[in-house]
Amino acid sequence: MENLLQQLLNGVTWGSIYALIALGYTMVYGVLRLINFAHGEVYMMGAMSGFYTAHWLGFARAPSVTGLVVVLVASMLVCGLLGAAIERIAYRPLRGAGRLAPLITAIGVSLLLQNAGQLVFGADPKFFPPLLQSHEVFRAGEVAVSNIQLTVLVTALLLMGALEYIVQRTRFGRAMRAVSYDAPAAALMGVPVDRVISGTFVLGSMLAAAAGILVGLSNPKIDPLMGLMPGLKAFVAAVLGGIGSVPGAMVGGLLLGVIETLVTGYLSSTYRDAIAFVILVVILLFRPTGLFGAPTTEKV
Amino acid sequence: MSETLLEVDSLDVRYGAIHALRGVSFEVKAGEIVTLIGSNGAGKSTLLRAISGLVRPSSGRILLRGADVTRFAPEAIVALGCSHVPEGRRIFANLTVLENLQMGAWAKRGREAQGLERAFALFPRLRERLTQAGGTLSGGEQQMLAIGRALMAEPAVLLLDEPSLGLAPLLVRQIFSIVREINAQGTTVVLVEQNAHQALGIASRAYVLETGALAISGLASDLARDPRVRRAYLGDESAE
Repeated sequence: MENLLQQLLNGVTWGSIYALIALGYTMVYGVLRLINFAHGEVYMMGAMSGFYTAHWLGFARAPSVTGLVVVLVASMLVCGLLGAAIERIAYRPLRGAGRLAPLITAIGVSLLLQNAGQLVFGADPKFFPPLLQSHEVFRAGEVAVSNIQLTVLVTALLLMGALEYIVQRTRFGRAMRAVSYDAPAAALMGVPVDRVISGTFVLGSMLAAAAGILVGLSNPKIDPLMGLMPGLKAFVAAVLGGIGSVPGAMVGGLLLGVIETLVTGYLSSTYRDAIAFVILVVILLFRPTGLFGAPTTEKV
Repeated sequence: MSETLLEVDSLDVRYGAIHALRGVSFEVKAGEIVTLIGSNGAGKSTLLRAISGLVRPSSGRILLRGADVTRFAPEAIVALGCSHVPEGRRIFANLTVLENLQMGAWAKRGREAQGLERAFALFPRLRERLTQAGGTLSGGEQQMLAIGRALMAEPAVLLLDEPSLGLAPLLVRQIFSIVREINAQGTTVVLVEQNAHQALGIASRAYVLETGALAISGLASDLARDPRVRRAYLGDESAE
């Protein structure tokens, strides 16, 4: 029983990272109907820029909460700009070119960032500096919670709360929802659709950057190809929740994290990576709109 | 002679091999209701879509309040005072009625409160539905919301595409009387309609589009008596 609780806790923590990445997939899909396969690489760039910021600013040698916050914010800014640049350079020129060309371009951008990453950062894994000294903050019987786990979970939940606020309560969020539903109609309202799309990439990329930092805290080995698997799995999480749905991505991410941890804990870690794709196949077969996706209806 | 608000000069629009508009020229003066009538596929909606920047004309010019807006983005055209209520209403079904109206006020951020008051005065029903999702409204309510939303941008020219489409006769009359009221409040109206009878009844001038080109134009009252118009658009078999 206690083992199960511990597993659930680990699963939710890990899943909150998937959720942060999945949000970027789902929001971009919402406004562009594009699966941005370069999104996993944005997450990788988040971890990398965190690594360099921590070293340049000296936080790597002296762990502190301030250091963590500064590194987190800096990396989110870098990736926000990167996301906007990817949209502007790779996807915007293809607007109106159908759906296949941008999709292939997304895979191209993904490969470009993986290989450029190996060239610039080196292919060898780096060790993300311990921005927090790990210690146990809470224990009930066998269930232990470390400060790092708590930081990951709380940061992820705060960011998701902030995103939900932006989407539901702000002018920009309203425009984002309108563009997702009907971009030409939003343009007729005077909404600059391209800027809303760009802003969506910025938001999604910032969340991916945060995920990169949080992963660096809990699994400090980072390398230029680290975005591949979490990127694909976060995509599965977004499909599981219902692609295009913001709450869906959050729930899908958490669920996938829990399922993966349980499979690792009770079956075998060999199946850990396979289970996500089994879920993908099952969802696509039986409920392609995911848990929260509305069945697609004809707009009249 | 009042000021010309909107001027379209030998406009051509092509969708691939289809020549949707051929050398269409027309103008709209401040304060008018101008109607464009024609059968399905005549190019009426395309003309409105070109004016509001949703489709790029292959040649010709569009002048809005004297400014050449031919290559402008839709949002710039809204900001210059021309709003378009598209065919099929295109309500944001996932947004509440209030949010839909707020979207309309995008270009007039500081004047949202006045805009809402005006929308509620014209369409009291919208006030009762404020927190409801746009998609849950009836067809007539959606049309009211679509018009109210476009008015939030305080346009000088309002382009209305088939506002009566799919509505019960009673609602159709209501919509037409509201269009007249909006016009009386000082908004110039370009009305695209298949319901030629009602449209000619409230318009001052009319243009007839046939297969992408202007066929007939003149005072609405003259067109309503024109035998060609009566036969083709008013269902008058006996007209010679």
